[in-house]
Amino acid sequence: MAFPHRPDAPELPDFSMLKRLARDQLIYLLEQLPGKKDLFIEADLMSPLDRIANVSILKQHEVDKLYKVENKPALSSSEQLCFLVRPRIKNMRYIASLVNADKLAGRTRKYKVIFSPQKFYACEMVLEEEGIYGDVSCDEWAFSLLPLDVDLLSMELPEFFRDYFLEGDQRWINTVAQALHLLSTLYGPFPNCYGIGRCAKMAYELWRNLEEEEDGETKGRRPEIGHIFLLDRDVDFVTALCSQVVYEGLVDDTFRIKCGSVDFGPEVTSSDKSLKVLLNAEDKVFNEIRNEHFSNVFGFLSQKARNLQAQYDRRRGMDIKQMKNFVSQELKGLKQEHRLLSLHIGACESIMKKKTKQDFQELIKTEHALLEGFNIRESTSYIEEHIDRQVSPIESLRLMCLLSITENGDARCSSDTHYGPEHLLTFSNLRRAGLLTEQAPGDTLTAVESKVSKLVTDKAAGKITDAFSSLAKRSNFRAISKKLNLIPRVDGEYDLKVPRDMAYVFSGAYVPLSCRIIEQVLERRSWQGLDEVVRLLNCSDFAFTDMTKEDKASSESLRLILVVFLGGCTFSEISALRFLGREKGYRFIFLTTAVTNSARLMEAMSEVKA
Amino acid sequence: MDCYTANWNPLGDSAFYRKYELYSMDWDLKEELRDCLVAAAPYGGPIALLRNPWRKEKAASVRPVLDIYSASGMPLASLLWKSGPVVSLGWSAEEELLCVQEDGAVLVYGLHGDFRRHFSMGNEVLQNRVLDARIFHTEFGSGVAILTGAHRFTLSANVGDLKLRRMPEVPGLQSAPSCWTALCQDRVAHILLAVGPDLYLLDHAACSAVTPPGLAPGVSSFLQMAVSFTYRHLALFTDTGYIWMGTASLKEKLCEFNCNIRAPPKWCVYAAHSKERAVVVAWERRLMVVGDAPESIQFVLDEDSYLVPELDGVRIFSRSTHEFLHEVPAASEEIFKIASMAPGALLLEAQKEYEKESQKADEYLREIQELGQLTQAVQQCIEAAGHEHQPDMQKSLLRAASFGKCFLDRFPPDSFVHMCQDLRVLNAVRDYHIGIPLTYSQYKQLTIQVLLDRLVLRRLYPLAIQICEYLRLPEVQGVSRILAHWACYKVQQKDVSDEDVARAINQKLGDTPGVSYSDIAARAYGCGRTELAIKLLEYEPRSGEQVPLLLKMKRSKLALSKAIESGDTDLVFTVLLHLKNELNRGDFFMTLRNQPMALSLYRQFCKHQELETLKDLYNQDDNHQELGSFHIRASYAAEERIEGRVAALQTAADAFYKAKNEFAAKATEDQMRLLRLQRRLEDELGGQFLDLSLHDTVTTLILGGHNKRAEQLARDFRIPDKRLWWLKLTALADLEDWEELEKFSKSKKSPIGYLPFVEICMKQHNKYEAKKYASRVGPEQKVKALLLVGDVAQAADVAIEHRNEAELSLVLSHCTGATDGATADKIQRARAQAQKK
Repeated sequence: MAFPHRPDAPELPDFSMLKRLARDQLIYLLEQLPGKKDLFIEADLMSPLDRIANVSILKQHEVDKLYKVENKPALSSSEQLCFLVRPRIKNMRYIASLVNADKLAGRTRKYKVIFSPQKFYACEMVLEEEGIYGDVSCDEWAFSLLPLDVDLLSMELPEFFRDYFLEGDQRWINTVAQALHLLSTLYGPFPNCYGIGRCAKMAYELWRNLEEEEDGETKGRRPEIGHIFLLDRDVDFVTALCSQVVYEGLVDDTFRIKCGSVDFGPEVTSSDKSLKVLLNAEDKVFNEIRNEHFSNVFGFLSQKARNLQAQYDRRRGMDIKQMKNFVSQELKGLKQEHRLLSLHIGACESIMKKKTKQDFQELIKTEHALLEGFNIRESTSYIEEHIDRQVSPIESLRLMCLLSITENGDARCSSDTHYGPEHLLTFSNLRRAGLLTEQAPGDTLTAVESKVSKLVTDKAAGKITDAFSSLAKRSNFRAISKKLNLIPRVDGEYDLKVPRDMAYVFSGAYVPLSCRIIEQVLERRSWQGLDEVVRLLNCSDFAFTDMTKEDKASSESLRLILVVFLGGCTFSEISALRFLGREKGYRFIFLTTAVTNSARLMEAMSEVKA
Repeated sequence: MDCYTANWNPLGDSAFYRKYELYSMDWDLKEELRDCLVAAAPYGGPIALLRNPWRKEKAASVRPVLDIYSASGMPLASLLWKSGPVVSLGWSAEEELLCVQEDGAVLVYGLHGDFRRHFSMGNEVLQNRVLDARIFHTEFGSGVAILTGAHRFTLSANVGDLKLRRMPEVPGLQSAPSCWTALCQDRVAHILLAVGPDLYLLDHAACSAVTPPGLAPGVSSFLQMAVSFTYRHLALFTDTGYIWMGTASLKEKLCEFNCNIRAPPKWCVYAAHSKERAVVVAWERRLMVVGDAPESIQFVLDEDSYLVPELDGVRIFSRSTHEFLHEVPAASEEIFKIASMAPGALLLEAQKEYEKESQKADEYLREIQELGQLTQAVQQCIEAAGHEHQPDMQKSLLRAASFGKCFLDRFPPDSFVHMCQDLRVLNAVRDYHIGIPLTYSQYKQLTIQVLLDRLVLRRLYPLAIQICEYLRLPEVQGVSRILAHWACYKVQQKDVSDEDVARAINQKLGDTPGVSYSDIAARAYGCGRTELAIKLLEYEPRSGEQVPLLLKMKRSKLALSKAIESGDTDLVFTVLLHLKNELNRGDFFMTLRNQPMALSLYRQFCKHQELETLKDLYNQDDNHQELGSFHIRASYAAEERIEGRVAALQTAADAFYKAKNEFAAKATEDQMRLLRLQRRLEDELGGQFLDLSLHDTVTTLILGGHNKRAEQLARDFRIPDKRLWWLKLTALADLEDWEELEKFSKSKKSPIGYLPFVEICMKQHNKYEAKKYASRVGPEQKVKALLLVGDVAQAADVAIEHRNEAELSLVLSHCTGATDGATADKIQRARAQAQKK
């Protein structure tokens, strides 16, 4: 039932090299501080670090104890302290407090700060302001690309989304450019480049500059990856706001996949312990269901269980020799499969339980209605009821945003600030990032809407935010949807078992906008004929194509496409593009600043009490 | 052929020396060389002459003149000497002229007489004066050693990185030593000096007396000493006319010679490359080459001459000529020696016969081939060509080599090709106009890179570029580098307008890789041409290079926009901090206002590090909206006391009003009221109310049984009816207070309908209560409600009554098992009936 790849599908490049590079560099940095040392790791870096170098490797390089960077005084007694952190001011203050405490106590130790993926001038400045710049040595661990799977590279920078799309802070763009540069040095140049979005354009240009400064190395190399497509998250918020229904997306929405692995709680493992499970192509069972619509998964799993049973059963008629063979060769694999199978079945059950409780069907129905643009009043009252029930502020916010974008800011729903005062700021944030969109001037504002909209009609705020991102832009979702045919016309039931198009990732109701854009551009090999769409996306100045004339690229490489999501992508989008790849004989490789979903998007915009 | 060796002079059995003219000098000197301070740089470098030095008899009012010439006597610079008396001149390895003054100051001039910098050899010298000074070359650079009036030595091994070392005192030294020199051994500079019959070696720590082994007796004074170019060998000239030659370490004697001339020689210079056993000694009119042979070679000097030691020989120049004296290299000797039967000689002969179309050519060739020495012959010819000064002779040797090559199967062409190239370069730079008389060995020692540097130093850009192109040097090392130098020189031409210079530079340089426009701009700025520097920076593709210079030039705003263009936030930040210190606060904020990207970056920083500044930023912009948000954030993040929090909220509300954001203002005011109220609740009822949202507050009240209060609160804050109903419903169900719930349901008509009641009861598994409400559910949702409580039969009835197809299917899907069989049938019948109609 899982779709096999077409026989002519191109081979993926080997990305494990990235891991080796990162590991070697880290070891080199650790060795720069010879002798026993304690390592302080920022919480956000723990999971990525675990994928690169496990504790025993760290121990090999004389890391004595591991601590988490948190706002508590450190109890380390080591003479050498090493900090592995993201370049954040908060962390600098923590380190400063530690060093200054030592100074007060008359203690001298060696301190080394390793910034990942790069250090920022602001951090060094804080160190200087705190008077410890001379006491610590700074290094960079240029670890910006973590291969989460054979076709998925993550920069593990969830803050990219808020920093760029809300605060207008462009510092990570350089990091993206560096990452692209690394890829092109390792895997050859990209003959065809496309992109859409302000950030995409900036990253692309920075990257080009890097290549020019250091040219010579990549010149003359055969490209391994034929196309690269850069896409800003704010080009398509809608897809990211939808509830996910393909298995991997659903697991992410329900249990939160973190850095490629998920913690299955006791309700899934049917024991009293939680279990951390790595979800990637190596998990045979998962690999077959990850891209499936959830409605198929259960059937598939039970079929699988029966097959497994049959294989176990084979041993009945065996003689001793065959049995020996079976035990030594097959049993282990079967056992493994058995274990995985029971885990995923457990996960499915748990998802079903959770989703029925919250009237998941109703929710999905409302979302689809919003996407298709009918029964608006019904949807609005559903959302109002959702708010009235005060179930989950994040969910309510998400639905409001979805309504606002799909209905072009014409949100006739009541906003509620009674979740707490900080959410007043959250609203302001959503506006600024373009997740709650402005109603076109002149339209009559409904009573409640007017209250909210005033949050940003203020000229000064508008002027500033206008300059960075998509604030105050009208969402033209309806028009775009029509132009790109995002809502497939269905005669009869959409057969989710045999998907016809990418819409299957949303139960056949909606083709993800981002994926459709990519599909269209790849088909045309340019933005030609998509002018109207680009205009509607408010990206007229930020859609670009760049092709190199000489075609040294093999046909094999031309069917490999690197898609770069700036601001995060969802598993649904990944599944949709994987499907597209199978249909057209492409292979997609995904590079994202972080894997995201609707909840993460909303949380990034929320003001939380510290 | 025999005439070719006419100028060869044998020294013993092993070596020949020859002297040939390099140039006839046309510098038109008015004075005798002996009346000038002279310094000539090695490797065919320039000659500096300081005429009219400080002589007692001359009037002090006459200013001396410093002239700089090329080795061929072409004037390069001339300037009036305006500083103090000069003791000694010398050239550094970078061809900078070091002028050591009597007061210990060392003035550094460029090749074109441009003043570079000056440094002092220490304060002690101020009183004692400098008696004598030497400039010497080490592997680190160029050093200066001085002898002071107090008979103390001070030296610096590298003038580029000045570290003065005062040498220890020489015991019993009352007058100046008869001769001294700087030695460089094991990377340390020493001083070797002679006082009467004694020799002393000074290093940093101590002064030790040394004796050369095998020194002839009767020496009462050393008159001259010479150190070889490589500091390996030493020669001592004594007052008995006896010359001792040995290793510089004074551990071994190599040879000795007695010339029986007791007059102190003017010069004593090492002159051999291969064997390093010959010394050139010169007096006023006599020049002598002595070595490991009983006889010496003698030349007569017609004029007052000056000797320049070179790596492989000695240059001798006078007012009219410039000559080179050196040992004939082995390859040349082999070929040209009279009656030589060396393969190279035969090959040269063969080629000559070949040109004469004589069959002897074949004989010679055969002879070489029979001995199997053709390869050697070719190599010899190539090598010898390198050592010849005359292009004609170079050509005939190369022709011979090329001829010999024809008869060889696999002779690697590199050596031949390279020699041709090298000779072409050498002949070009030896030209009279260029005046760098390098020998092949010197050229190889110097390397092409340094030679190019020297051409650039002489502003011979076109020649340098031609050489680069001819040798096909990589652009970054070759052409680009030279163009960059050219551009740096160009910006110093003050008589050309900024536009013209910038355009000229850009036209020439274009996008040549490896050219840094920012370096050129920095040079322009150094010359005080800021506008030109800015124009040049426009051509710089890397913003990272533009910004620091712009900052230095105090063009911070331009720097800011460049930094923003670059997209490098670190760069922007650098500029921001610079601006922050440079401008007053108001101007700084104004600048930020026009640069949103920088503003947001700075805000991000302030949010973490300088909250007060953030507030000021918003204030400055009259950004009341953000100011409001700022205070709201402060109300829960910074303030702890309730009064403080309310005050912060009040400020926020005021700001929102100013921003005409009534909605936010009202909400903020509500929050203030809520806070106060929560506090009162806490005081009166106990428990935790602070920081709960309004919704949670009400819920908590209901859960606590304070229904009255809850309702009051809902009224005060105008909680919409629907929401209040949901709230109460959830809360009461959680309490399982069914009685109260029923009362509540009957208080008035439910604005949310009764289906939620059913749902919530079922959620608490209270079917009994649920049923009560199911009957009250409106007709549209009735079926759903009935199904929820499990009353399939009645649901079917209602659905049939509604004649609603969707509802019918829904009920049907709930019909399971045998118990519902009848109901299912009923629905099917109703469906059939409906279809009939």
